[in-house]
Amino acid sequence: MAQETLSGWVRKLQAREISSRELTQLYLDRIERLDPQLNSFITVTAEQALAQADAADARLAQGEQTPLLGVPIAQKDIFCTEGVRTSCGSRMLDPFVSPYNATVVERMNAAGAVMLGKTNMDEFAMGSSNETSFYGPVRNPWDTERVPGGSSGGSAAAVGARLVPGATGTDTGGSIRQPAAFCGITGLKPTYGRVSRYGMIAFASSLDQGGPMAATAEDCGRMLNAMAGFDERDSTSVERPAEDFTAGLNQDLKGLRIGLPTEFFGEAGLDERVRGVIDAAIEVLKGRGAEVREVGLPNSHLSVPAYYVVAPAECSSNLARFDGVRYGYRCENPEDLMDLYTRSRGEGFGDEVKRRIMVGTYVLSAGYYDAYYLKAQKVRRIIADDFRRAFADVDVLLAPTTPELPFALGAKADPVSMYLSDIYTIAANLAGLPAMSLPAGEIDGLPVGLQLIGNYFDEARLLGVAHQYQQETDWHTRVPAAFA
Amino acid sequence: MEWETVIGLEIHAQLNTVSKIFSGAPTAYGAEPNRQACPVDLGMPGVLPVLNQGAVERAVMLGLAINAEITPRSVFARKNYFYPDLPKGYQISQFELPIVGLGHLDIELEDGTTKRIGVTRAHLEEDAGKSLHEGFEAMTGIDLNRAGTPLIEIVSEPELRSAKEAVAYMKKLHSLVRYLDICDGNMQEGSFRCDANVSIRPKGQTEFGTRAELKNLNSFRFVERAINFEVERQIDVIEGGGTVVQETRLYDPDRDETRSMRSKEEANDYRYFPDPDLLPLVVDSAFIETVREKLPELPDAKRARFVEQYGLSDYDAGVLTATREMGDFYEAVAAGCDAPKLAANWVMGEFSAALNRSEVELGEAPVNAEGLAGLLARIQDETISGKIAKEVFEAMWNGEGDADAVIEAKGLKQITDTGAIDAIIDEVMASNPKQLEQYRGGKDKLFGFFVGQVMKATQGKANPAQVNERLKAKLDG
Repeated sequence: MAQETLSGWVRKLQAREISSRELTQLYLDRIERLDPQLNSFITVTAEQALAQADAADARLAQGEQTPLLGVPIAQKDIFCTEGVRTSCGSRMLDPFVSPYNATVVERMNAAGAVMLGKTNMDEFAMGSSNETSFYGPVRNPWDTERVPGGSSGGSAAAVGARLVPGATGTDTGGSIRQPAAFCGITGLKPTYGRVSRYGMIAFASSLDQGGPMAATAEDCGRMLNAMAGFDERDSTSVERPAEDFTAGLNQDLKGLRIGLPTEFFGEAGLDERVRGVIDAAIEVLKGRGAEVREVGLPNSHLSVPAYYVVAPAECSSNLARFDGVRYGYRCENPEDLMDLYTRSRGEGFGDEVKRRIMVGTYVLSAGYYDAYYLKAQKVRRIIADDFRRAFADVDVLLAPTTPELPFALGAKADPVSMYLSDIYTIAANLAGLPAMSLPAGEIDGLPVGLQLIGNYFDEARLLGVAHQYQQETDWHTRVPAAFA
Repeated sequence: MEWETVIGLEIHAQLNTVSKIFSGAPTAYGAEPNRQACPVDLGMPGVLPVLNQGAVERAVMLGLAINAEITPRSVFARKNYFYPDLPKGYQISQFELPIVGLGHLDIELEDGTTKRIGVTRAHLEEDAGKSLHEGFEAMTGIDLNRAGTPLIEIVSEPELRSAKEAVAYMKKLHSLVRYLDICDGNMQEGSFRCDANVSIRPKGQTEFGTRAELKNLNSFRFVERAINFEVERQIDVIEGGGTVVQETRLYDPDRDETRSMRSKEEANDYRYFPDPDLLPLVVDSAFIETVREKLPELPDAKRARFVEQYGLSDYDAGVLTATREMGDFYEAVAAGCDAPKLAANWVMGEFSAALNRSEVELGEAPVNAEGLAGLLARIQDETISGKIAKEVFEAMWNGEGDADAVIEAKGLKQITDTGAIDAIIDEVMASNPKQLEQYRGGKDKLFGFFVGQVMKATQGKANPAQVNERLKAKLDG
C-alpha cells in the first residue's frame, strides 16, 4: 500500500477507491510504528489530520477536484502553522506556537492537503546532516546509522520511508536536493520567488526557497502547483501567470540539449562510484534523444566561499528577533537586559547556529563589509553570468547532487567538511535558478542523486526531463527494505 | 576668543498614512498597548515586510517641496541593533541610497534676510515601539503599537549657525510637512522629533569641531534651550583646556542641561546591509508627476500671493501663511468681508490673541472664519466702529451668538443719524458752557474733550467720523 505515489493516491481518492480518512490513518499508523527508528517528525498532528481528512472526504463527495484533496503530506517545521508548534528544529522555538499560517501552508490547505505533522530539520535549516536539530538527529531509512542529509532531512527520510507521500522542504544551499539524494527521493528547489517565503522562517532571505519533496517528478509537479504563486505578502515573490508544472511531463527528450558543467565532474572529492551512476543516467537520457555536451561554469569554485559569507550575514540579522523578549525560549531569572539577551540566545541556540551568527556579524561589521559581503554579492553576479552563458547553449544542466554517499552519523565533526557536502548545490541558490535531485542509482544499498539545474522559471521542463527519466528507470520506486 | 556655532538637524516626521510602512496594521495613536501590532510589527518568525505606497508618495511630496532630487532607485537597508522595543533586532531604514537626495529650505532670519539651508537627504524608515518603565515594578513594559509607523528622517547640512536659526529651520519644516499634509506635526505625541548635531569652532576656521548629538528635543523651546546650553558647555570645556568628545547627549528639560548618554566608543556598529526582503524602490518620472500634481500651494508661494493679491506687507503675509490652516482661515475671512487688510489685522490681532488666551487650536476656536467675516462686514458697512467690534468679538468668543445677534442684543449699533448726533452734541455743549467758552477763546485742544463727551453720552456708538464732522461745524459755528 505504502508504495503508492502521491499522484497515485490523488487518482484513487478522486475515484473514491479509498477515503482520505482511511489513507490518513494508514500513514499515521506507519508514522507511529516506524518513525521511532527515524525521528523524522517533530510533531505529529493526528487529531487535526483526521479532521482535515473528514473535511476532504466531504469535499470529495461533492465531486470537488482540488489538486491535493485528501492527500496526506507533511510540513517541514520551518513553515509556520497556526495553533501548532513551529520549532524550526531549535530549542529557541520549542515553546513557540505560531499565531498564523505560512502562505505555503495556507495554499496547501486550500488545495485540500491533509497535514500529518511537522518534520524534523537542522536547527534553523543550518546543516547538511540533520544532526543540528534540538530534537535529535534524523536517521537515513536506507541505513539508520547514516544521516539523511539536511536541512530538510526529516521530510526526506519520511518520504523515503513512505511515512508520508509528500513533504515540503526548503533549500538555501541544497537543503532539499542533498537530503532528497541521500534518501532516494525526488525534490525540487524552484526559481527564487516562485514559492512565497511568507511564514517560512528565514535563514538567508535572498537564498531561501521552499519546494516539494516526494517519490516522483510528477508528485513534485502536483505539489508545486499547490505551493507556487504570487503572494502580495512577499515582496520578492514573482508575479507571473499561474502555471501547470505537470504540463511538460510527457514532453519527449528529442533534441533536448543537456550541459555537463566540467567543474562539477572534474573536482577532487567526487566519489568515482557516484560518477559512474551519473554517467549511466546520462546514457539513459541520450537514449531518449537528448544531446549532451560539456559546458563551463568557470567561477563555480567561488560558490561555497561566497555562500558562507552571504548566508551567515543574512542569518545573523534574521535571527536577531529571537531575543527572549516576545516569544520562544527565555532564560530563567534574567538579572538584567543584557543577561536576558545573552543567556536566552546562548541557551536557546545550538553551536552551528551560533557559529553562523558570529561569522555573519563579523562579515557585516564596519571595515569588513566591503571585503566580504559586498564582494560576495559581486561573486553572485559572476556566478549568475556563468549560468546565463551556459543556458545560451543548453536547455538544462546535469550534475551529481552530492559528491559522495550518505555519510555516517557523527562522521563530519569539522564544519568545513560538512559545508563541502553542498559543493554542487549552492551555485543554483546563489543564482536563484531552479534545480532538482532525483534518484539515479544505488551503491552498496545507498541511493545516489542526480541533479538537474534549469533556467529561470523552467521548472516544468526540469520536471519533464525527470519524469521521462523515471519512465525508463525504477530508482524512484525503490523503498528501503525495512520500510517496504 | 570668538566662537562660531555649527548645527545640523536630523528631524523625524511621522508620515500620516492609515496603515504602517511595512504592514497593514493601523497607525492611530493612543490605542491599548500592543493592540495595533500585527505579526509583522511583532517581528514574528517568518513574517515579511511589504512597502506602503502611501509612505513613498509622502516622501516624494516632501522631496519635491524642498526641490530635492528624487532617487530613481533607492534601497532599504537593515540597521541592526538589539533593543527590547525593536522587535526584529533591526530597523528597516535607508542608508546609502535614500529616496530623497540633496534639496534645500529657505529660512528667514531675525534681520529679515533669507538664508538657504541645504537638506542633505531624507529617507524612509520604520519607527520602533516604546519601552514603558513605569508601573511594572523593576520590569519594563513593551508597547509595539508604534512599531512600524512610517517615518521620514530629514537631515540638514551643518549650515545652521545659532539656536535661533535651528528653530527657524525646524519651524519652517514643521509648517511644510503640515502644508503637505504628510505629517500631523504633533510634537507632544512625538510625530515630529528632532536630534541636533552641535559643535563650535573659532570664528573663521573652516574645519568643523567635534560634535555632540543632542537627543530628546521634542519642542521648539527645548531645541533652542538645549543648543544654547550645549554651546556654552562646549565653550567652557575648550576654554578650560579640555576637548569636546564625540558623543550622544540627552537633553533634560527639567534641569535645562544636556547629559552624556554614550560615547563614540560605546556606539553601536549597525552593520547596515540591503534588506533582502525588499526589492529596490523604483520611483519613475510618471509617478513623480502624479505626485507633483497633488502638491498643494507651498508656504513661500502662498506668502508671495498674499502680498500680491491682498496687498499685505511681506511680514503680515508671512505670519498668515505660517500654517496651512491659518492661511486658509485668513482667506475665508478676507473673502467673507471683502476687506483683506482689515481681515489681516483682525486675524493676526484680536483673533490670534484670543486663541492664545484660551489656549485653543485654530480648528477649535469658538469663532469661525464665517463668524469673524460677519463681524468685519459690520465694521465695513459702519454698523459698528472698530472699538465696539472688539466688544462684539469678545461676546462672540463667549458664545453669545454671531455679530448681528450680539449687536442687536447689546444695542451696539452705531449712531449714524445726523439729527440724533446733532441733538447729543447740542446737549453736551449746553452742559459744558465753560469748556465751550474756552474752546471758542482759542483753546483748540478741548476739541478732544467734546468728542469724548459725545462718545461717552452714546456709549461709544456714535460714528466717530460723523461726530468729528458735526462737532467741528457746531463748535466753530
